[in-house]
Order: sequence, then C-alpha cells, then structure tokens
Amino acid sequence: MSPRAVGARLEIAGLGKNFRGLRAVHDVSFTVPAGAIHALIGPNGAGKTTIFNMVAGVYAPSAGTVTLDGREISGLRPDQICDAGVGRTFQIVRPFKGLSVLENVTVGALHRHPHLPDARAKAEAILGGLGLHDRRHHLAESLTLPDRKRLEVARALATEPKLLLLDEVMAGLRPTEIDVMVAFLRELNAQSGITILLIEHVMRAVMALAAEVVVVSYGEKIAEGTPNEIARNQSVLDVYLGEEEVA
Amino acid sequence: MSRLINGVPPRILAMLAVLLALLIAAPALLGGYGLSVLILVLYFAYVGQAWNIMMGFAGQLSLGHALYAGLGGYAAAGLYFHYGIGPWAGVFVAVAAAVIAGGIVGYLGFRFSLAGVYFALLTIAFAEFTRIGFDNWPWAGGSGGLFLKIERNVVDIANLRGGPVLFYYMILILAVGAFVLCRALLESKLGRYWLAIREDAEAAQAVGVPVLRCKMLAVTISAALTAVAGVWNAFYYNNLFPETAFGISRSIEITLSPIIGGLGTLFGPFVGAVVLTGLGEIFTDLSDWLHIAGMKQIFYGLALLVIVMYRPAGIWPWLARRLGLEERKS
Repeated sequence: MSPRAVGARLEIAGLGKNFRGLRAVHDVSFTVPAGAIHALIGPNGAGKTTIFNMVAGVYAPSAGTVTLDGREISGLRPDQICDAGVGRTFQIVRPFKGLSVLENVTVGALHRHPHLPDARAKAEAILGGLGLHDRRHHLAESLTLPDRKRLEVARALATEPKLLLLDEVMAGLRPTEIDVMVAFLRELNAQSGITILLIEHVMRAVMALAAEVVVVSYGEKIAEGTPNEIARNQSVLDVYLGEEEVA
Repeated sequence: MSRLINGVPPRILAMLAVLLALLIAAPALLGGYGLSVLILVLYFAYVGQAWNIMMGFAGQLSLGHALYAGLGGYAAAGLYFHYGIGPWAGVFVAVAAAVIAGGIVGYLGFRFSLAGVYFALLTIAFAEFTRIGFDNWPWAGGSGGLFLKIERNVVDIANLRGGPVLFYYMILILAVGAFVLCRALLESKLGRYWLAIREDAEAAQAVGVPVLRCKMLAVTISAALTAVAGVWNAFYYNNLFPETAFGISRSIEITLSPIIGGLGTLFGPFVGAVVLTGLGEIFTDLSDWLHIAGMKQIFYGLALLVIVMYRPAGIWPWLARRLGLEERKS
C-alpha cells in the first residue's frame, strides 16, 4: 500500500437516526482507534448498516456526530467522505456490472490518481493482492458472488482509505475463502495500518480479526469488549448468540 | 495526438484512414443526390454522438435534445437575419444559450433526483415549453418561421452561405471532431466517472465520484455540441419553424442512430446513421415507385423494430465482432 494509507481514528458519538418516526439507531457511541480492527455485530435489523450509511454519508444522522481523526464528517456527501478517507463496501454488492473488473477498480483509483494509466496500474496492483488479477478483463456481471465480494473490497481499497468499512464481506464465502479473506485483511492492516470496521455475521472471521466488538440490538449499543468478553456477556448471548455456537 | 491513437490497433487506424480519405473525396465522387444523402448521414452521426454522451456514457435519458439544436439554430439564424452577425460569432451565442438551457434542465432533474423516465419527461417538457414560446415570439418569426435568403451559388465561408459541398465539409469536420472529442472524453477521468454513474450512481459516489457535477458536465457538453448542429442545420436548410425545430420528432430522430448503432460506443452513432439514412432513402424510393403513400413510414418503423429485437445492443457491437474489431465496450 502507498504511504498515505495510514489508519485514521473513528469516533462515533451519540449517533441516532429516525426514519419517519421509526427509531433505527439511538444514541450509539464508540471509538475505533487508528490502525485497529473492530467489528460491529448484532441481529438482523439491529441498525448496523444504518450506522455504516451514516458514517459513509448516505444518510445524515438525526442526532450525534461522526468524526475522523478529529474532523467532523457527518453531514458531508458520500464522495466528500470518500475524499476524507473512508472506503466502504455494500452489503448487497453493487459492482459496475457493464464494466470489466479492472475498470471497476480503476474508477475507485481515479480519485487519487486522476491520470487514467496511473489509476489502471494502481488497480492492477490491488487486484493482484485479492486474487482477481486473472479475471481483470471479465465483465463484473460475470463474476461469482465470492469474486464480487472481493471486487467490492478492491474497489473500496483503490480509493486509498484511512478507514475501511466492510459490510458483510464474508457472507456467502466458503470457510477456506473466509480464511483467505481474513488473512488478506490482517496483512493489509499490518502493512498499511489502515483502520477497519466490519459488520459481520461470520463469527469465525470476527474472532480472528477484531480486537474489539461492538454489539447493537434494536438500534442501541448493548455491549462492547474483546471477542472473548462478548462471547461470555449474558445480554449478548440473550439477544444474539443464543442459538449459535461461538467458534 | 499520440495520446489519442495510443493503444488503437494499426488495422483499425488503417481502416479509419481509408474511410476518412473516401469521405474527403466524396464530393468529387458522388453526384448531388449521393452527397445530400451523405450529408444527412454525417448530420445524424454528429448529433447522435452528442446525445450519446448523455445517454450512452452517463446513462441520462434525454428525449428533448431538439431544445438545444433549436435554440442553437434560432440564436445564430436570428442574429444573422436581424443584425447580419455571421454564424461564426453566432455559434458562441448558440452554444451559450444551449448550455444555459441544459444547465437548467440538468440541475432541476439531477439536484432533485429525477431518474429515468421522469427525467426524460422533464426534458420533453422543456422542449415543448420552448416550442410554444417561439411560436409566439415575433423576433424569431413566430409560428410562421424564420427564413434565410437562399444563396447556393456563392461560397461565403464567413457567413456560411453556399452550396451543398460547403455544408458537406462543415458537417464532416464536425462529425470527425465529435468522434475525436468523445474518444478523448472516454479515455479521461470524467468519461470513466460517467460510465460508473451509468452503471450505479450510489456505488460511484461511494468511491469519490461527484455525481451531480459529472452529470451537469454531461448535459452541458452534450447540449453545446447539439447547439452547433442546430446552427449548421439552420444555415443548410435556410428555414426554421418552432414546430420542427423543437418538436418531439426532432428529439426522437436525434436518439435513433446511437440506439440502433450501439449505445455508449464510439462507432455506434455513425453506423446507426448509415443504416437509418440508407433504409429511409430505400423506402422512400420504393414507395414512390409503388405509388403507395405512407409506405415509407411503415417499413421504416418495421425495420427499426426488427433491428431492436434482434440486435438490442445495437448493430456496431455485433458488426465489430463479425469484423474481428473488438471495440472494448467500456
């Protein structure tokens, strides 16, 4: 990774979002230190993606603030937040279907490398790291789901973020593929110091990657701690892990 | 220049050079009828290229492009008719008027997130308002039209007065220029951002694409190019009526060559213009010969239907594969 991809500290304070009276997120606060990997977990509909969308600028928060390295970014447009150093993937993958894999990632790289050949070279390098290099001339719509997930990560990384938001990038991957993705993210974090916040249902990946886990339920934070603390927290077990064995 | 032809296979360059040489020699090779048909082909290739920037590249459907062509034509023709200001100065006014109009339509549509058919309806509405306005504007001749004096036997390049050969070379330069411009745009950051917006605007914005600004650039560049065609058109035909200049049929006819030829491709508008103009001439001759009125329209419509059914991505992508000339569909 290039030298500017140094991790940023994310601070979420009193964040809230209402949709026409529906309280999707209420008073959520947590911090991800620069260079850390944290996970955001919770049952379906708990508000995880809504929190992501507020960090990424898709929604303006109804209450609270999001700050990146001390600079308030809440209320900015998504492209401005990308410019501030936040890269994100979409839970339901959204590749540029009619473009090739390489062109998809090149679009991301153009943000910091406005000259097309430079952006393409940057994109090639990222695709190599994610094992997509031999499929770079395929149309994105022809990729399998696991490859589309990798493409989401590649495209976000091409913008050279200081904070990477990963929304369920492990979902739909086979266990061996999960291990590859985990190893890639760990290596990326170790090499570049990029901060990572991931929403994940795959506990195997959460346990392997996250230093700390934030648990939300019905739009509120109910617990925060190391994976092991979370695995033993009774209120978490009640709402979320009840039927699942923690790997 | 070297950047423009960079990465283009020599075989394609050679074919383009032969085609260009033939087009340059055409007035010497063709009779008056042939030249008039070729003029139509190049006109439709040019306006199609301009419209393709909005729809083919940036994915924004405009069904009101007659607005920009009409404003351009009226601006330059009106200045010449009333004040004797030649079209080389008039074209700047024409482009400015179209850019302002495109900016208003684009800002209303994009700022308030009118997507797809709703945006298309907005573009139609603006063309229609303008048509009604010009119907009632005495300076522009109202519904009776604006007429320029026909001077076919002079060659007055300064005032764009002359015969078909002059207009042929003008539209040839415009068509080639638009082609080169579109290629340069596609190979730029802005062009790639347009493609990303066409595919998924929200995902594009997440990787730093300033969506509103890029869409505004698409509509204003497209409007500016279309306005130049309007100026050419006004001086070639020497008359302007609000009904035809701003009418929906003018808008639709601008969209046809890129749709038939291949949306979002560089050669599509040209191929589409050749096929459509060719078919139009054949069916006109056929219906004259058979003495069946209205046959041209029916057959023309059927031909479009068949092409769209069997080549939904347009003729050019298919033709390019057949010729072994993969234009990377980006």
